[in-house]
Amino acid sequence: MSVPRTLYRKIWDTHVVVQPPEAPAILYIDRHYVHEVTSPQAFAGLRRRGLGMRRPDRTVATADHSVPTGPLDGPTDPQAAAQVAALETNCRRHGITCFGPGHPRQGIVHVIGPELGLTLPGMTVVCGDSHTATHGAFGALAFGIGTSEVEQVLATQCLLQRPSKTCRVMIAGRRRCGVTAKDLVLALVAALGTGGGTGYVLEYAGAAVRALSMEERMTVCNMSIEAGARAGLVAPDDSTFQYLCGRPHAPQGKAWEAAVAAWRRLPSDPEAVYDRTVSLDADVVEPMITFGTTPAMGMPITGTIPDPDGVSDADIRRSLKKALDYMGLPAGRPLLGHPVDAVFIGSCTNGRFEDLAAAAAVFRGRRVASGVRALVVPGSRAVKRAAEAAGLDRVFRAAGAEWREPGCSMCLAMNGDRVPPGAWCVSTSNRNFEGRQGSGSRTLLAGPPAAAAAAVTGVVTDPRIFLEA
Amino acid sequence: MDDPVRAMARSVFPSPLASRYLVLPVDHVDTDQIMPARFLTAVGKDGFGTCLFHDWRYNAAGDPRADCVLNRPDAAGAVILVSGENFGCGSSREHAAWALVQFGFRAVICPSFADIFRQNALQNGLLPVVVPGDFHHRLVEWARNDPEARLTVDLTARTVIAPDGQVMSFSLDSFNQIRLLEGIDEIQFILRHGAEIEAFENGEPGCGVPVVYPPDPMSVF
Repeated sequence: MSVPRTLYRKIWDTHVVVQPPEAPAILYIDRHYVHEVTSPQAFAGLRRRGLGMRRPDRTVATADHSVPTGPLDGPTDPQAAAQVAALETNCRRHGITCFGPGHPRQGIVHVIGPELGLTLPGMTVVCGDSHTATHGAFGALAFGIGTSEVEQVLATQCLLQRPSKTCRVMIAGRRRCGVTAKDLVLALVAALGTGGGTGYVLEYAGAAVRALSMEERMTVCNMSIEAGARAGLVAPDDSTFQYLCGRPHAPQGKAWEAAVAAWRRLPSDPEAVYDRTVSLDADVVEPMITFGTTPAMGMPITGTIPDPDGVSDADIRRSLKKALDYMGLPAGRPLLGHPVDAVFIGSCTNGRFEDLAAAAAVFRGRRVASGVRALVVPGSRAVKRAAEAAGLDRVFRAAGAEWREPGCSMCLAMNGDRVPPGAWCVSTSNRNFEGRQGSGSRTLLAGPPAAAAAAVTGVVTDPRIFLEA
Repeated sequence: MDDPVRAMARSVFPSPLASRYLVLPVDHVDTDQIMPARFLTAVGKDGFGTCLFHDWRYNAAGDPRADCVLNRPDAAGAVILVSGENFGCGSSREHAAWALVQFGFRAVICPSFADIFRQNALQNGLLPVVVPGDFHHRLVEWARNDPEARLTVDLTARTVIAPDGQVMSFSLDSFNQIRLLEGIDEIQFILRHGAEIEAFENGEPGCGVPVVYPPDPMSVF
């Protein structure tokens, strides 16, 4: 009888090319996603070394971080445009498939990979982007890497890696009405802390995880890194296979049958041992919002902003005070009713069709409050097409929200979509760090319904008041 | 040097490294603070040092903030940074590590580091040193009382020597220790195993074949 293994260990074991003595393992990478921001220096490194790429056929590129989301023929920042042009040149030179601006398959890298079936269960997946954890929703070991490691993968299709510790995240119970996957993961990150998952790969399990759609699983896995975990995993199941079946890059016909049979052997063995287990009860999670400058500074939207004076730990007290000073939020008071200047709906966390549909349900028949700028940015061209086919764009436009072209946009504000200094933005993105959405911007992270609710009321609002009876 | 694994490597780490140190007493310093995203449209690796901690160093008008430790007149001589727990959390941007190195830092001492930043630092000859919380607190206090206080980081012995001579050991795997001290080029190191990679790709038994190979993207597009 073989030793019971976790899903993580099974993927690890099947991808170790060789374990050199006294060194990290050489781990094979099945899929490498590339975008314009973290790759140019890696391609330059290859040129300097006189090396070619080992497996351009396992590499897919897209432009997402710095692309404008205004009209396609609109103005662009010359340096950002040069960066996108450099990506296209590098991809042409090395024979890499690249979805540049305007390409029908262009979009945020963590949105297009899954929707094209490029990410499959059991794979190792890397990208020079910390939200690569998203792809773990398919039972793939997916993690973010730096540019030096991007260069390694371009040159060798391998990475030097040491195994991570494993943490099982049991989410039992059933989500209450009006509670999204984003709320689950914000509650989890608040419980773990922003460094609580450092050194671990999280494996999400339990009834509440099984009940999530694939897009919802992606939202949860996406934010694993906000707890410090490089990767998050969900074991593949029928939902996974249903989502993948017929996708452009998923295996077809007999190969599909063989793949599903292999994928069914991936889930962790019942007796597998984890280094750690944490639990969350989905029944008690409420719609969440953040009040501070780390994603872990979150609370139920109906809650009260914590008072630093009530915190005994001096370091935590100082962090909290610094955060509230930056955010301009009053300690000990509720956030409900607090004015909002901007709303951003999109990103690799919440820029998929179901997210937009959930936001549209709140916008339908309502208007964006005066003085509020609301941006809706689809995660990809495919999401944009699907949303338009379903008439969601008309709902957003009728409400007075901006319906834009796909990209990372206001999540990290490097493409010109910025929150002004001092302004409060309820955002469906993943990070509320100081200045993340533009210098001096103040970000309140929440799910799509809460963001839409803030847009139509102009203040922080419990989205459940808009639930249809 | 004939060995490409050594010949291609970046500059080696000075050991011991003795220097004044700067203290940024903040927990969860994220890479958006170290290197704001709006500077990331550059396609080269140079010029990031001036943008390091930009929004903490400069006010909205672009003038240096007097209260920022990096703006101290003697900051340039300090090659060790002491900061709080979970340093480098958030984005994977290696630009953060490049900026710290280009500013002049060779080591960062914290109670803990974020994983991706730690890797990026090691890739760039920037040594991440993890020390216990109470020792870290004392380093912070020393610098508050004596800005001229000096630290020694001894990578060979894997120790930090505090201003009062107290020695604290830190852990670093021997691969990374040798990588920094002698220089190991990771790409050349992996390429030395080219035959094994090829055997793996050809699915030879015993080579740990992935469960399912992905289809060839070029055949579809």
